[in-house]
Amino acid sequence: MRTPALLLACAALVLGASIGANATAPMIDKDAIITGTALPKTLSEYGFFRDPAAQVPDAGVTPYRLNMPLFSDGAEKLRFVYVPDGAEVGIGDQTLLDFPVGSALIKTFAFGEGADRRLIETRVLLHRADGWLALPYVWNEAQTEATLALAGTRVPVTTPYGEQINYRVPNKNQCKECHGLQGAVTPIGPKARNLSAEWLQAFLGSVPEGADTMPRWEDRASADATGAARAYLDVNCAHCHRPAATASNSGLDLRWETDDPYSIGVAKRPVAAGRGSGGLEFDIVPGDPEASILVYRMASAEPGVAMPELGKATVHEEGLALVERWIAGMPTP
Amino acid sequence: MIRTLMAATALATLASPAFAETIPVAPGEGAQERLQEALILAEPGDEIFLQAGRFVLTDGLSLDVDGVTVRGAGMHASVLDFTAQEGSGEGLLVTSDGVTLVDFGVENPKGDGIKSKGADDIVYSRVRVTWTNGPASTNGAYGLYPVESTGVLIDGCEVSGASDAGIYVGQSSRITVRNSLASYNVAGIEIENSRKAIVERNYVTGNTGGILVFDLPGLPVKNGGEVLVRNNLVANNTTANFAPEGNIVASVRRGTGIMVMANDTVWVGRNMLYDNPTAPIMVIAYPLAFDDPEYNPYPREISVDWNIVDEGGTDPQFEGAEQLLAAFGGALPPVMWDGLEDPEMTTLMVHPDLAGWSVNLPKQGAGIEAARPGLLEAPAIGQPISIEGWGAPEALEARLP
Repeated sequence: MRTPALLLACAALVLGASIGANATAPMIDKDAIITGTALPKTLSEYGFFRDPAAQVPDAGVTPYRLNMPLFSDGAEKLRFVYVPDGAEVGIGDQTLLDFPVGSALIKTFAFGEGADRRLIETRVLLHRADGWLALPYVWNEAQTEATLALAGTRVPVTTPYGEQINYRVPNKNQCKECHGLQGAVTPIGPKARNLSAEWLQAFLGSVPEGADTMPRWEDRASADATGAARAYLDVNCAHCHRPAATASNSGLDLRWETDDPYSIGVAKRPVAAGRGSGGLEFDIVPGDPEASILVYRMASAEPGVAMPELGKATVHEEGLALVERWIAGMPTP
Repeated sequence: MIRTLMAATALATLASPAFAETIPVAPGEGAQERLQEALILAEPGDEIFLQAGRFVLTDGLSLDVDGVTVRGAGMHASVLDFTAQEGSGEGLLVTSDGVTLVDFGVENPKGDGIKSKGADDIVYSRVRVTWTNGPASTNGAYGLYPVESTGVLIDGCEVSGASDAGIYVGQSSRITVRNSLASYNVAGIEIENSRKAIVERNYVTGNTGGILVFDLPGLPVKNGGEVLVRNNLVANNTTANFAPEGNIVASVRRGTGIMVMANDTVWVGRNMLYDNPTAPIMVIAYPLAFDDPEYNPYPREISVDWNIVDEGGTDPQFEGAEQLLAAFGGALPPVMWDGLEDPEMTTLMVHPDLAGWSVNLPKQGAGIEAARPGLLEAPAIGQPISIEGWGAPEALEARLP
């Protein structure tokens, strides 16, 4: 795999207009901040953005998007990756891009359209010598700075669906609840299978095997029902519902590559669902979404019932519809 | 300070804290953020001290630092109040090793009370979890919920109102649950898919079922067994089942005292069992269909030794209860077996002073309508069993107050 340095330059060219427009680039040694031991108090200390409010990244900070995104109460997400100059990016388990020490993943969550867009939080994942570190930053009212919020917070927002919610910014430990695997923090989003071939070609210099296989969210209506639902479940659920992760004890394994019907919930009884069972017997009843606990829990926003447990104050109706369509179309035994 | 330094020394095998500190946290404005931040910034060996009062919380709390103690001023003095909780699946989540939880209460979590997952060598001491509205299907599932852990000591705790199990230990090993009060839950205490557990000197009352020792199919950790249930007072477990359907405990009959489902090598002795009118002691196979080639649905090597038991099943919650009661002279004998067994193994041994009955089901998965009830003919208790290596590791005792 080639080093991304040259390609980052290419990516920078794509963003050339905005980069050229701002001559006051931050002169910050990102590598020192990322690999240091401190917990930077503000987002600006990293120098990831030339124009933070407009989310214009600095040179070497590359935007990306996922084919199938994780739903977070309808927040718009702006994703960026930084890899140190000359460092190599590999491909790991589940086609997860294997970013070297010194890399950072940056994700900003925003609500509102156009001029009304308001940045709520930016989460950073820093690859330090002793592993990945997840930190949440909360934007101020003036949108000039985001400040470290280790304990998380709640922010009132209006979702794109018009609901007024108390949006949850996760605390540092909650970051790990989703990003934890075998007790260590790991990135979960940037998998080659969920990234476009064009972006990978530009970023890595080649397109790895198995890349770009998950359907794109905007193509979901025409996509194969199984593929769309399984991609959605992988991205929204499988960081916990898999072996060695937060919900391993449930025995439910919703990863994209899992083939065994029982492991993905077919005719599987709940283990510790409590009232999350909704009085239903099985996670998935083929042909009968309404009898499936998976659907019941996705359709709830009530803590103790709702799945996912974190980062969800509203029901994702469109995602739910994908899963319902898939279960409804399953052959009945 | 001397005390905390000594505590730090005791933890030295786990981590090497340079300066163990006590970090006091007061209830009041901003408690959610202040307490969560203290839990995040704690260093191994530190103690988070919850000052007396009510911590009003809107979100779950979590601890992911090894060797930390969370101490309150008493299980009724320092209260983590989750009545207004807006998110998370539990009140407090612990994911680190060597943690000690002591002297505080948790009220009305929306999901589970305190969950510790993959958290080895944990001590829960004099901790309380209460759903203050009493039994309700809308309460959270588990009060204390250690899972996938090695080394669990639960001592002097109280749990009330859980819609599944008050104290639930799952997929774990080296477990002790003792001196605790489990009342008005669906299951008082449940040991599930776990090994090397000792459940002793608890008071288990007002639940649907008292003490359950279950082994279920299809879980990542299988083959539960090596469980000792002794010296417990299991009384008046007559609350109607309020578990949401779909959960295995929703099938537990009101009036069950001590129940063993599947498992190998369980010893039940020297308990006092009063007013558990379906069955003071029940030993059965897993009753449902399953598809797990590694799973054995039958109980094996279950010893029911001497226990103090009342007349037994005076009000059994079975179809055909009237005929059964008439046939057995007004009360079902105290030990109930479904009659199903692994032909390769000894299923059940019973002290000769204890009477029992068998449902004599024809096969695993059969319903009670297929019953051919009769008196239990079980061999007497065999050789004493060794419990060496059962229960929480000795080193955990040092962390008790």
